Amino acid sequence: MTTTLPTTAALALGDDALVLSHRLGEWAGHAPVLEEEVALANIALDLLGQARVLLSMAGDEDELAYLREERAFTNLQLVEQPNGDFAHTIARQLYFSTYQHLLYGQLADSDSEFAPLAGKAVKEVAYHRDHAEQWTLRLGDGTDVSHERMRRACEALWRFTGEMFQPVAGLDVDWSGMEAAWLESVGDVLRRATLALPEGPRTGAWSAGAGRQGLHTEPFGRMLAEMQHLHRSHPGASW
Amino acid sequence: MATAAAHRTAGAPAYGAPDAGPEGDIRQRAFDAAVAADERIEPRDWMPEAYRATLVRQIAQHAHSEIIGMQPEANWITRAPSLRRKAILMAKVQDEAGHGLYLYSAAETLGVSREELLDKLHSGRQKYSSIFNYPTLTWADVGAIGWLVDGAAITNQVPLCRCSYGPYARAMVRVCKEESFHQRQGYELLLALSRGTPEQHAMAQDAVDRWWWPSLMMFGPPDDASQHSAQSMAWKIKRHSNDELRQRFVDICVPQAESLGLTLPDPDLRWNEERGHHDFGAIDWTEFWDVLKGNGPCNEQRLTQRRRAHDEGAWVREAAAAHAARHNGKNNGPTGVEQA
Repeated sequence: MTTTLPTTAALALGDDALVLSHRLGEWAGHAPVLEEEVALANIALDLLGQARVLLSMAGDEDELAYLREERAFTNLQLVEQPNGDFAHTIARQLYFSTYQHLLYGQLADSDSEFAPLAGKAVKEVAYHRDHAEQWTLRLGDGTDVSHERMRRACEALWRFTGEMFQPVAGLDVDWSGMEAAWLESVGDVLRRATLALPEGPRTGAWSAGAGRQGLHTEPFGRMLAEMQHLHRSHPGASW
Repeated sequence: MATAAAHRTAGAPAYGAPDAGPEGDIRQRAFDAAVAADERIEPRDWMPEAYRATLVRQIAQHAHSEIIGMQPEANWITRAPSLRRKAILMAKVQDEAGHGLYLYSAAETLGVSREELLDKLHSGRQKYSSIFNYPTLTWADVGAIGWLVDGAAITNQVPLCRCSYGPYARAMVRVCKEESFHQRQGYELLLALSRGTPEQHAMAQDAVDRWWWPSLMMFGPPDDASQHSAQSMAWKIKRHSNDELRQRFVDICVPQAESLGLTLPDPDLRWNEERGHHDFGAIDWTEFWDVLKGNGPCNEQRLTQRRRAHDEGAWVREAAAAHAARHNGKNNGPTGVEQA
């Protein structure tokens, strides 16, 4: 596969959507309330739809999803993080959907080949962001237990947020402007949820663009093993 | 709705209203007349307590089946072998959660809360369909569930769209539309496997071998052993007998199995010209009662997972309720959350 610039970007954004969709799919049958079974599956389906369009821009969607090794995936480390408790899932959703909303918003208004996809997806992602925001408010400003869980979740995932603003080759985006808008938006939600932006570092040797370069965290390999096992067990089969 | 007018009561829902006394007799006669005239009974209408209790039991069992039924299929979401199949399966499991929502809401119109019903499910006082106590061992099981289990469910549920209780009948119209979609997707999944590699074909046959008999059991015990059937038919909650529906299902499946290139695991299965139906072998009712009693392969596992999801989610529901209370209903939790 020749990797042209749009392909690099399609894979990066496609992998983000594919991997987060997979993680959200793991909630099926485990959600805290029936409405969340519907909501989390709905978000997972939107993301899977985006992933299929994006991966197809770069090649065959199933070959890319099922036959690449871990080091060839260029998703953010944030999206591969295990679900944890509901607070961790919501913190991950808040961080990622805010990012994706800003990114797709810019791409939708651009003349890039991603504009059509982004124009459609930005509307879906607006709902994902709203869902994450509403739950952040409920959990942060709910009970003492939920406040503490939400605070911990936001802190635990904080170090994976810096890499979101590493420029992706092939995307003409104002990355630093986006980062400022992201900090403002997430900070505002967290303040209203009686929480605060975590103070720890947002980048480090491993989190600054590592996922985009194919360096992942340990849980990702197991996730891929599960995802790819059946497909790989029947080489060449159609499903 | 002319004849139904007499059993309508103004004001508060009438469930639980006393049946006795002259007024009760009038109401009973009006209710009977409405049922006889194929009119719909609505939540505010007077209804006999036993009718209400039967509906609550049936709708609750149906709702529980939808949410427990998510488990065997969700078991394969993370391993679906193509992105297209993964999207189809996720959408299906999501539909089932949605069906659970409509059905718990239909039950709420009879004066029971979702929380109350979930509590009965978790404590084993209410049941769900025994079919979900069988495991999904291979990917082909996802297809077999769609084709056979959803197929059997549709055969059971299409007549419920004409059930005498309005909210249940209307919920079933939407449920049946989606179920019929699931059934076709299951069939199409099995067809792809059956026409695929020898390994895929064997996987499909193995799944059909394991799911066929439990699917036939989904119609419930034979008519002479079915404890609720006669009264439910009189009330027009139920429209056809268990054995009638089972026969209809077998007759539908036989030609479909042929088109699939798969064999139904019953050596006694053959067309009976005289009856105009397929004869089929004896069902192992010992297995049915055994699974119903809790001794199926997954009874323990299904209930344990359900209880765990509920217990582990308690703090989330409590947070939503606390938040809603503090903010006077602004940014309310989703329906049901407040009942935590």
